[in-house]
Amino acid sequence: MSKNNGEYLIIRNDNKYEVIIGLEVHAQVLSESKLFSTSSTKFGSEPNTQVSLVDAAFPGMLPVINEHCIKQAVKTGIGLKAKINKRSIFDRKNYFYADLPQGYQISQYKDPIVGEGSVTLDMPNGEKNIGIERLHLEQDAGKSIHDIDPQNTLVDLNRSGVALMEIVSKPDLRSLDEVNAYIKKIRSIMRYLGTCDGNMQEGSLRADVNVSVRKKGDKKLGTRCEIKNVNSIKFMQMAIDFEANRQVDIIEEGGSIDQETRLFDTKKNETRSMRSKEDAHDYRYFPDPDLLPLELNDNYIDQIKKNIPELPDEKKKRFIEKFKLSPYEANILVSDIEISKYFEEVSKNSDVKLATNWITGELFALLNEKNIEITESPISSKNLSKLINLIKDGTISGKIAKSVFEIMRDGDKDPITIVEEKGLKQQSDPKELENLINKVIIENPKNVEAYKSGKDKLFGFFVGQVMKNSNGKANPKLVNEILKKKLN
Amino acid sequence: MTIDLKTVKHISKLSRISIDDNKAKKLGKDLNSIFSFIEKLNELDTKNTEPLTSIAETTLKLRKDEIKSENIREDILKNSPDKNKDFFVVPKVIE
Amino acid sequence: MMSNITDLKLVELVDKIKKKELSSSEVTVAFIERSKKSKKLNAYISENYENAIKKAKIFDQKPDFKKKLPGIPIAVKDLFCTKNIRTTAGSKILENFVPTYESTVTQNILDEGGIIIGKLNCDEFAMGSSNETSYFGNVQNPVSENLVPGGSSGGSSSAIAAKLTPATIGTDTGGSIRQPASFTGTVGLKPTYGSCSRYGIVAFASSLDQAGPMTHDVKDCSLMLEIISTYDTKDSTSVDFKRENYLTNLNENIKGKKIGIPKEYRVDGMPKEIDELWEKGIKIIKENGGQIIEISLPNTNYALPTYYIVAPAEASSNLARYDGVKYGFRSKGENLIDMYEKTRSEGFGDEVKRRIMIGTYVLSSGYYDAYYLKAQKVRRLIKNDFDEAYKKVDAILTPSTPSSAFKIGEKLNDPVSMYLNDIFTVPINLAGLPAISIPAGHDKKGYPLGLQVIGKAFDEQSILNIAFALEKNISFKNNITDWWIK
Repeated sequence: MSKNNGEYLIIRNDNKYEVIIGLEVHAQVLSESKLFSTSSTKFGSEPNTQVSLVDAAFPGMLPVINEHCIKQAVKTGIGLKAKINKRSIFDRKNYFYADLPQGYQISQYKDPIVGEGSVTLDMPNGEKNIGIERLHLEQDAGKSIHDIDPQNTLVDLNRSGVALMEIVSKPDLRSLDEVNAYIKKIRSIMRYLGTCDGNMQEGSLRADVNVSVRKKGDKKLGTRCEIKNVNSIKFMQMAIDFEANRQVDIIEEGGSIDQETRLFDTKKNETRSMRSKEDAHDYRYFPDPDLLPLELNDNYIDQIKKNIPELPDEKKKRFIEKFKLSPYEANILVSDIEISKYFEEVSKNSDVKLATNWITGELFALLNEKNIEITESPISSKNLSKLINLIKDGTISGKIAKSVFEIMRDGDKDPITIVEEKGLKQQSDPKELENLINKVIIENPKNVEAYKSGKDKLFGFFVGQVMKNSNGKANPKLVNEILKKKLN
Repeated sequence: MTIDLKTVKHISKLSRISIDDNKAKKLGKDLNSIFSFIEKLNELDTKNTEPLTSIAETTLKLRKDEIKSENIREDILKNSPDKNKDFFVVPKVIE
Repeated sequence: MMSNITDLKLVELVDKIKKKELSSSEVTVAFIERSKKSKKLNAYISENYENAIKKAKIFDQKPDFKKKLPGIPIAVKDLFCTKNIRTTAGSKILENFVPTYESTVTQNILDEGGIIIGKLNCDEFAMGSSNETSYFGNVQNPVSENLVPGGSSGGSSSAIAAKLTPATIGTDTGGSIRQPASFTGTVGLKPTYGSCSRYGIVAFASSLDQAGPMTHDVKDCSLMLEIISTYDTKDSTSVDFKRENYLTNLNENIKGKKIGIPKEYRVDGMPKEIDELWEKGIKIIKENGGQIIEISLPNTNYALPTYYIVAPAEASSNLARYDGVKYGFRSKGENLIDMYEKTRSEGFGDEVKRRIMIGTYVLSSGYYDAYYLKAQKVRRLIKNDFDEAYKKVDAILTPSTPSSAFKIGEKLNDPVSMYLNDIFTVPINLAGLPAISIPAGHDKKGYPLGLQVIGKAFDEQSILNIAFALEKNISFKNNITDWWIK
């Protein structure tokens, strides 16, 4: 692997191979109840306690679609700048598996609810558009548990029937960094829209990865392999890197790639053929006769369009224009809806520049250290805003602010109270400062002499002494001004 | 067209129904006679005909997003062949 | 008194209970006693006698005469899931399945005061035309020993013809109500697709299945339809249309009604008696002021092949849930796949397996367009035929079946000849239309024959009225001798 100008190439025997990647992201729709039944979608409940007769596919049970899930899919489609199909059809995808109670998954095959769209990625060498092929709604399966009982597989159907959106990208991704950016962007858009919480630990966001390679410069796509159900960005990157190298090795040895489904083994860090199953995977799609075609009218779609919130791309543009942020800063602040919300709350009542610096600096360091999300931040946006205002109006210095921040992190205390209680207010009274300065000048006659004879560097020494004597509370700007007058 | 033994076996695999050779032969014979009768449809020109996906003269009705099902685990597991109070139990899946 | 109760029709029983001339207990016990004496017919798969008698007593203690079925005992096809009563669909794979829920149709019966006395035999998963595919054995046609009662609702047709229940409910996917009704000299109605909820009915072919009444006469049929036809939000294909008071509105006035006679239904080799019967029907219509119009349903001959693609395709998928995991029969297997294959191989009978295989094949990769998609297109042509016809006529009159009942075992080894039995009924399911079969005469063997009246979508009232007029003028009598009761 080499990275030249951000290019992801695999080089073997002077041959350069380009890696072509497409993703099928499975995103769990945020909804109270399942796609075709009225059971709860809550995560982490006791096994089989959120299973209705419909979810367990009892004889005679029928699907009835959840209106909210349709709305969520349309919203997401709009967020992906995609075409909303006014007529879509639910199909049955037939296969047998222990955690698929119906013996088929209700999905959308030929006529998905959302058609072509695109997302924009901010890459170091500029923006890149990734095409979206389609988005369709489908049911999630249950969970097979293989490691509790040594003889048997146990099945929990709590997830069975939960609504998923499958977002299929075009094979436009060319590097691991792009995969990373793409997943994050899709996740961000859905979180802005409130259509998926994007929680990868809980499996709300997973992906199948399509990988093929071709010699750089070739126009024709190579044969692709599909790696099933990878549930973190890190694993996706590992799987792609392994798979791309595997394919290049085969081609270099004069072989050809079989189109197949593969599994990523996270322990061995390799992909493995699932060929044994291929035989049985003729899905026999056909329109589900228990459901009718889904028809959406313009009015319905327009109504949803009207209520789409500001999305990351637009928000970024606004931050740059209104707050004069750099694209880099804006990118960070809009990357997640919760961060952008926090930022907007802080900057509403405080200096934007300081807000940006404090959030991306001190606050992010704190969140990182504690490994928590901004929604769990121990420092509320209100208090951070107050802290920034204390700096801005000169009540405390930036340095003092850092120690106030240290106190705030252990319990979201009001910074004004902290400053008062600890007596941290900045000394800005010129008389008092003059006294302090005079004291330092008197106590260091040699240095004064040296300074006056041209050792300019000593100026910092005097400032330091004054600050030290004031316990850091002296207003550094004023100290500088007065010192200059006194020494010159 | 004729459906050979290999095809019969393939369909039985897809259907997850095991059949022995004798049954497969008999079934092949039945299927061939049924399909020769089905082939009649080829007489019709349907190039410009839209397929009929649903006969119901109505549009798809939508349900509100409300949780109405309670925990009925006991009911759900009551009829399961392998008694276990928390899970459905199946023989080990081999990958 | 007891011996006469079972001779009464449903509407008469309701009337007598309302007038307190009979109690629910008396009626319930009478039908149960007769059912007990009729084991030889093998009409029942599961009996709910004790419980039913208890329910009848409870009803009598606090009778509610506003109900449409006040304490009336009713046996239903074993395809309807009934809470706490075993539901098998005639299959080994569901031999011990006891639902914890009630189908909408049976719930409607319960809500109107009906009492379920048992579950009636049927072809396995309703796949059959003679009730010979049932895991629970053949059913005898009360008309004559060793005669099939038709299918798939064979237990239902036998039970109603033998007066084991005052009315019953069947399901009809390709003729499974009308053909057995015709074979047993009873009335059977398949409502418009979307009229009766499919919730809780073991699915065979979802786009074709409809529940419907099977009764002694058209009046009883109208009452039952009124009860079971309801809009149901639990079934996405249920249609919210204005349902009539079918019984109240029932009348034999067919003056000015235009009745179509499709020429394609005159098939080669059809017994002379059936032709004569048809002519008799035409004559009655004319005599009663109806107008007879020759029509053409040009794609009739393609209905059966279409049906034998669409129905098995849907069935192959609908029956995938019977895998030994959640309920029903399970075979021991070394691993999951082995368990699936053995369970389904041992749990399903031959006809069901045959249809699953047909369905799997027509949906499989490479064949979908040639078979399934083609069938869906032809299905549209068939529907268009009816749409065209209904521009000219109000209803259509045809024979119900191309022959009378046949002997048990006669067609068992020839699936195609068995399938041909449904040639007059299948097109109606494909088009989603309502149709009623009423007994109209006998063939030379003395076996009953039926006439079918097909209506416009949701116009059940018209076909009931036409059937009512035919019934009055035909005055059919079923010659059933109780031969099975020693």
